[in-house]
Amino acid sequence: MDSFTPLTATLGGLLIGLASAVLWLGNGRIAGISGIFGQLLPPAQTVVWRIVFILSLVGATALAALAFPQIGVGGVEPAILVTPPAAWSLPAPVWLIVAGLLTGFGTKVGNGCTSGHGVCGLARLSLRSLVAVIVFFGVAILTVTVTGIV
Amino acid sequence: MAVLRLPYLATAALSGALFGFGLYVSQMVDPLKVLRFLDFTAIPSGRWDPSLAFVIVPAIFVMFIAVRISRRRANPLFDTDFHEPEYKRIDRRLVGGAAMFGVGWGMSGICPGPAISLIAFQPDGLWLFIAAMLIGSLAGSLILPSGHRRRLADAAS
Repeated sequence: MDSFTPLTATLGGLLIGLASAVLWLGNGRIAGISGIFGQLLPPAQTVVWRIVFILSLVGATALAALAFPQIGVGGVEPAILVTPPAAWSLPAPVWLIVAGLLTGFGTKVGNGCTSGHGVCGLARLSLRSLVAVIVFFGVAILTVTVTGIV
Repeated sequence: MAVLRLPYLATAALSGALFGFGLYVSQMVDPLKVLRFLDFTAIPSGRWDPSLAFVIVPAIFVMFIAVRISRRRANPLFDTDFHEPEYKRIDRRLVGGAAMFGVGWGMSGICPGPAISLIAFQPDGLWLFIAAMLIGSLAGSLILPSGHRRRLADAAS
């Protein structure tokens, strides 16, 4: 368990919760990233705040990386996206495209992702979100087990 | 129009910034870290990394308080309504969509928030993932009734 980082995880979680709280109490919007991102496409009447949110999210990530280059244990290794398990003999780009398509389609049809259902939905005590969270966590754990990607 | 006024956009910017900081500090921006949480096969050997549970629980807790506060208010600070999701039915779309997302997440360790925050680091293949996510989302919107009215009508039928 040498990669266990409860303190920074909790601090990051509090920040994500605060981000969701600010957007909800300020603008009455759910901070669900799949929704904010997915509705950059037409037909969306309220594109401007979504663009502002996303640019700010990217900028803050870059700033945080400059301010805290060694966070947690061993630092963040965002330069490495996953490589497909050798047994599947698939090129990495194909693996990433399939994962991206499933993520985009699934979060659109299922109306949310880790933030929208996981944080905001559970906080609103939404039964729909509870079902979604159980399903996507369960399936993700199963997928990691079956593919042996770790 | 409320959505183009400065306080509204500044709130969106502040929320995005807190979100980005949170994703980095919690290391959710690191796909391998996320996969090590999702890898329950590592539990018996003691190599499982439970960190992400420590991310989502406090996040839910803070948002829960915000939701409590909002229940006593008629409207948010900078808009006329709380845009609360109104669709309540647990249907095949919800379960099927969540399952498909689960496969994508388990394959990559990247959910939509980290996908966006990873733009700050430009790892190889990220734009492929993001473009695929956008195309998937667009494809999803083609099979869904658009707008909450139609979803409500759909739910009532």
